[in-house]
Amino acid sequence: MIALWMYLLVAAALFCIGTYGVLTRRNAVSILMSIELMLNAVNINLVAFWRYLTPQNMSGQAFSAFVFVIAAAEAAVGLAIIISVYRNRKSVIVDDVNLLKW
Amino acid sequence: MITINAQSIAFILFSLFILGGGLGVVTTRNLIHGALYLVLSLFGVAGFFVLLSAPFLAAVQVLVYIGAIAILIIFAVMLTRSMTSLTEAFNRQWWLGALVGALLFVFLAAGIILPVWGAGSAYAGQPVSEVVATTTDLGVALVDGNQYVLPFEVASLLLTAAMIGAIVIARDDE
Amino acid sequence: MEQQCRDLINTLAACMVANGADPNFANLISALLGVVLVATLPLLTVILLIWVERKFAARIQDRLGPNRVGPFGLLQSVADALKMLTKEDITPAGADRFIYNLAPIIAFAVVVLIWAVIPFTPMHVGSDLSVGILYFVGVGSIGAVKVMVAGWSSNNKYALLGAFRTIAQLVSYEVPMILALLIPVMMSGSMSMQDITWAQGGMWYIFSAPLAFAIFFVSNLAETGRAPFDLLEAESELVAGYNIEYSGFKFGMFMAGEFMHVFTVAVLTAVLFLGGWWGPGVEQIPILGFVYLGLKTMAVYFLMLLVRNTVPRFRIDQVMNFNWKFMVPLSIVLVLVQAFLLRVITSLGLAPNEAGDFVSSLPQTLILLLGNLAIIAVVLNMIRNRGRQQRLADEAARSELAHPAGAPAGD
Repeated sequence: MIALWMYLLVAAALFCIGTYGVLTRRNAVSILMSIELMLNAVNINLVAFWRYLTPQNMSGQAFSAFVFVIAAAEAAVGLAIIISVYRNRKSVIVDDVNLLKW
Repeated sequence: MITINAQSIAFILFSLFILGGGLGVVTTRNLIHGALYLVLSLFGVAGFFVLLSAPFLAAVQVLVYIGAIAILIIFAVMLTRSMTSLTEAFNRQWWLGALVGALLFVFLAAGIILPVWGAGSAYAGQPVSEVVATTTDLGVALVDGNQYVLPFEVASLLLTAAMIGAIVIARDDE
Repeated sequence: MEQQCRDLINTLAACMVANGADPNFANLISALLGVVLVATLPLLTVILLIWVERKFAARIQDRLGPNRVGPFGLLQSVADALKMLTKEDITPAGADRFIYNLAPIIAFAVVVLIWAVIPFTPMHVGSDLSVGILYFVGVGSIGAVKVMVAGWSSNNKYALLGAFRTIAQLVSYEVPMILALLIPVMMSGSMSMQDITWAQGGMWYIFSAPLAFAIFFVSNLAETGRAPFDLLEAESELVAGYNIEYSGFKFGMFMAGEFMHVFTVAVLTAVLFLGGWWGPGVEQIPILGFVYLGLKTMAVYFLMLLVRNTVPRFRIDQVMNFNWKFMVPLSIVLVLVQAFLLRVITSLGLAPNEAGDFVSSLPQTLILLLGNLAIIAVVLNMIRNRGRQQRLADEAARSELAHPAGAPAGD
C-alpha cells in the first residue's frame, strides 16, 4: 500500500522543481507556470494529509478548494499584468522591467 | 516492500507524469511545449486526487486548471511573443537557484522521512480509517454557518474582484 | 437467466475465477472488455449518423442526398472514410511535429472519454462516478486545449485566428451549460448520472425545467460547433478555421470527433432531461432501457439537425453578445428561481415521496413549470419591449431623414 510519506515526497519534489523554475527563468510566463506547480504541490500535501489523518472531517478538502480559487484568481490577474507590461515595454523578460532599480 | 497492484502502478505512473511534467516546464526553451508539460503535470495531480479518494477535487482540477488556467497561459504565451527568440531561457544565477532547490528538497525530504525511519509512526502507515467524507459533506461544509461559509463568500468576492481587475488591466486603452 | 444477464461484466469475471484464473486478472480482463464495448459504440454509430445527417439535410433542401453507394446510399460514409485514408498526409513546413500530430488524438479521445459515465440500462454503466456531471464538464473543457494546439502548431496565421475565435466561443458557452446542468443536480440531489436517471422515474426533468433544457441544448449547439454557431469551420469563413492545415486521416479524426461530440451531447441531453433509460417495462427487462435511450437520443439529434438546416449562421460578435448578455444572466436567474422554488416545495411538504412515482411528483413539477414559464414570459416581454423601442427609434430616425426638423412643415 502507498504510505503517506510517498505522497509527501512527490509533493516536496514538485515544490522544489517549482522553486527552481521561479528563481532561474527569465520569462515572466514561465515564472507563473512554476508558481502553478508550487500551488499544486501544496494541494497534494493538503489532500494527502486529509486522507491519511482525518478523512471524516472535510477541512482538508475545503482548504484545498480555496487554494484552487486563489490560484485561479492569481493566474488571471498575473497574466493580465504580464500582457499589460508587454504592451508597454514590448518585452516580458523580467530582467528588463527594472525602472525602479536604483 | 511495495506490492505491485493497480493502485501502486497508478501511483508510479502519476508520479512520473507530475515530476516529468514539472521538469519539462522549468527546462524547456519553447514556451508552448512548457505549457503542454504543465498540462501533463496537472493531469498527474488530478490522478493523485483520484487515488486519494477526492473525486470532486480531481474533476475540479481538470476543469479549472487544465480547462481554464492552462488555456489562459497558452494564450498569454502566444500574445507575448518576442520579436527575436535570441534570449536565454535561464538567468545568470541559475546555479544558485539549482542549489537552493536541491537544498530545500534535502531538508524537506529529511523532514518527511526521518520521522518514519524508525517504526511505529502515524505517517508510516495506512490511512487512519476507510470511512471517507463524501462530496455532499464538502457541499454542506461550504455553506454551513458553523463551518466554511465565510471563507466561501470571501473567495467569491475575491474571484469577482480578480475578474474585473484582470479585464480592466488587460484591455486596450482605445 | 435474469441473474446471468444482469451484469455481463461481473458474470464473465466470476466465470473465469470459477475456472481457476487469478481474480485480479479476471477483473482486469472483464474491465477491459467493458471499456472496448463502451468505446466502440460511438465509433460505430457515427458512421450511421453521418448518413442520417446528409439525407435529412438533403430532403430539407429538396434534393435526394447520397443514393449511389450501397442501398439508399448507406455505404457513403464508408466510401468517404476510405477516400480520407488514401489522401496524402501533408505536414506544413515549420509546424511543430509532435503537437501537430497530438491534436487529432486529443480531439478524438476527449469525446470517447465522456462515454464512460453514460448509463445505458439500470444495471449497465461504464463507471458510476459520484461526480459524473463534473467529469463530463471537465473532459469537455479539455476540448479547448486541442483547438489551441491545432491552431498554433499549423504555423498558419489564419489557423491561429480561427483557433482564437473557436476558443472564445467554447469557453464562453461553458458557463451557461454548467449553470443549466446545476438544475438536474439540484432536483435529484446527486452528481452521478445513474442517480439522476433513477430520480426521473416520476417525471422527466424536461417537464419540470424546460428552460434548463433549452439553455443546455443551445449551449451544447455552441460547444460542439453546430449551426447556427458553426462559423468556426464553415466553408465561407476564415479559410475554414483551425484545422485548415490538416489533411487525410488527421482531418478525418477531427470530423469524426465532431460528429461523435454531437451524438454524445444528444445522449447526455436524453439522460439528463428526457429520463434516460426510463420507459414502460424497463425494470423487468433491463435491455429495453438501451432501446429507449436510443429513441430519445435520436429525437434530440433530429432536433439538432432541424435547427442546423433552418437557422442562418451567426457572426462571432453576435455569438459573444448572445452568450454574455442573454444566456448567462438568464441561466443565473433560472438557477436562483429554481433553487428558491425547490426550497419552498420541500418546506411546504409537496416534494415527491420516496418511491418517486408519477402522481406524487405532479405538485413539484407543476410549481417548477410555472416558475419556468414565468421566467420565459418576463424574458419575452423584455425582448418585445426592446424590439418595440428599437422599431420606434428606427421610425423616428427615418421620419427625421424624410422630414428634417428644420424645414417648415406643410409648405
